[in-house]
Amino acid sequence: MINPIKVFETPNDLAKIGIAGIMSPKPTATRKEIEVKTATSLGRPLKGEFNLILNQAFPEVRIWQQRGKITTIGQVKAVIAENLIKTYDKGKIRALDGLSLDVEEGTVLGVLGPNGAGKTTTVRILATLLTPDSGRASVAGIDVIKNPGKVREVIGLSGQYAAVDETLTGWDNLTMFSRLYHLSPAASKKRADELLEQFSLTDAAKRPIKTYSGGMRRRLDLAASLIVKPKILFLDEPTTGLDPRGRIEMWEVIQGLVKDGTTLLLTTQYLEEADQLADEIAVIDHGKVIARGTSDQLKKEVGGERLEIVAEAKDLKQVAEIVGKVSGGKVLVEEGSRQVSAPVTTGSRALIEAVRSLDDLGIHPLDIALKRPSLDDVFIALTGHVAEENKPEEGEVKSRRGRRK
Amino acid sequence: MIKYAISDSLIITKRQLLQLIRVPEVLIFSTIQPVMFVLLFRYVFGGSISTGIPGVDYVQLLMPGIFVQTVAFTLAGTAVGLAEDMQKGLIDRFRSLPISRSAVVFGRTLGDGALNIVVLAVMGLAGYAVGWRPSSGIFSILLGFAFLLLFGFAMAWVGVLIGLSVRSARVANAAVFIAVFPLTFLSNAFAPTTGMPRALQYFAEWNPVSTMVAGCRELFGLQNIFGVTANSWPSQNPLEMSLIYMVIIMAIFIPLSVRKYINTASK
Repeated sequence: MINPIKVFETPNDLAKIGIAGIMSPKPTATRKEIEVKTATSLGRPLKGEFNLILNQAFPEVRIWQQRGKITTIGQVKAVIAENLIKTYDKGKIRALDGLSLDVEEGTVLGVLGPNGAGKTTTVRILATLLTPDSGRASVAGIDVIKNPGKVREVIGLSGQYAAVDETLTGWDNLTMFSRLYHLSPAASKKRADELLEQFSLTDAAKRPIKTYSGGMRRRLDLAASLIVKPKILFLDEPTTGLDPRGRIEMWEVIQGLVKDGTTLLLTTQYLEEADQLADEIAVIDHGKVIARGTSDQLKKEVGGERLEIVAEAKDLKQVAEIVGKVSGGKVLVEEGSRQVSAPVTTGSRALIEAVRSLDDLGIHPLDIALKRPSLDDVFIALTGHVAEENKPEEGEVKSRRGRRK
Repeated sequence: MIKYAISDSLIITKRQLLQLIRVPEVLIFSTIQPVMFVLLFRYVFGGSISTGIPGVDYVQLLMPGIFVQTVAFTLAGTAVGLAEDMQKGLIDRFRSLPISRSAVVFGRTLGDGALNIVVLAVMGLAGYAVGWRPSSGIFSILLGFAFLLLFGFAMAWVGVLIGLSVRSARVANAAVFIAVFPLTFLSNAFAPTTGMPRALQYFAEWNPVSTMVAGCRELFGLQNIFGVTANSWPSQNPLEMSLIYMVIIMAIFIPLSVRKYINTASK
């Protein structure tokens, strides 16, 4: 399911597909930059001698050097985690148990899992806040364990708690964080104003955060993580605890960011959220990735579609016969809800067949549908338990009841 | 790098001063409490505690004691503030920023140290109002206050370690109280040590709070009286001893605190 990692053998290989040219000083181009380069350097061979620097720890990251200057890079994974293990309480709690994942540049990976699955621990390791017991990880091609300082320059982190100073105003917070990113005082003020505008917080700029609603707090927290336009953004449960309106607002904000080409790793315990925001989903449970793929792929993995027909009680027997003929599989009849269902493999053709047969017999169903499995079904099929039933992990506590769709 | 380390720290300090502007109650209450102590000790105990020095009333002895007690409690604010920042995830955010690894704790201790300037000024005025009259020169008096500020700064570093080690702000508060309260009372701060059991007298005379108090009394133009350990080195050289204590505290707690901050995992 995981896309094969693309490795470009020489700088000219890169030039052929368009990723070439001088990308220093920042060796990780965002997707946008790559597109720009495509227009200018497609097919044009690069001149001069290049040395390939072997990156022992991360063989998928190939860096070429020309006269001591990093000129080209063939990395397509913005985030790589391999075999991360992290234990707490002297090994008693195994928060991460050989977790591996990667995020392709410019895409969104949704890390989906129940409380205690290891989502927060994963983000904390990638954001350099925590050191794993073993395993390796890189962000933007930089080793998070060996070179955490460099990683911090290219990432933005927004946690599940609104980590801003509540006694200060929104404007105070953003100028402070801008200053800590070493923007000048004037630039800090400008950036604070821009971000407040972008996140519709201008009216609340001069109010202490204490007076903000949950959604406003989260937006401000997110704004604080975007001060230097990070290449890679980590959002740890960005909508946990928000009301439905706040959640939808937050989704819109996040979708806007993604459109601008930011690479995003997002954790969530809401299946719907991963479906909405993520290009790819990694389902994790007990500190391991147990499934990986697009929402569609995951749904397919669990099983195909089901034909579901709701009919009048008197017609149920005949309907069951028709469904049985169309499906060829095991037919499930639920007397209470007057629903007949069965797995089908022929997609919409099964639906048409069923409709025709029903029509021939003069039966008018109350409802007829081809249902694809929801991510809920995916989770139950993969883990054997519902996403919300699990003991909380340290740092992922509090009374957050997950919502079912 | 060093330039950033300093400017990052100052930004954190500025944040704290900004908090005082946004929530002035904090400053008001942190000055009311010591002023209340001044009044209580002056008028409740002052009448029954004899200074043992003819012509010197209790308030002269009391003020240096209360000054030292107040700055010793600086670490409470530091510990509680950091524990709160940690609980709320703010420390996580700071740690994810490309800033100097010691900026957050340095900025915090500087801020807490600076807050003492206001507190000491208010207390000094309150003391003056109830009869405190330092009899030394202006230079000595200012040097006394400088000593107090430095002691507050040193103690703030102990607070950093406590604040980053406990699970919540409430625990931090309790831990600090248990640690500092006996230290300030098993000293010469409020009553002469001569009335204590012999064993306690030794402890009291070597207590850094006592050497600070004795040092300040000296700088404010007052003669110290001691019990059994009158001839001991800390009693004879309270200023030097205090300075040594402060250096020891900082030499131990600054590296420990910075390391704790770097390795900390929020709860």
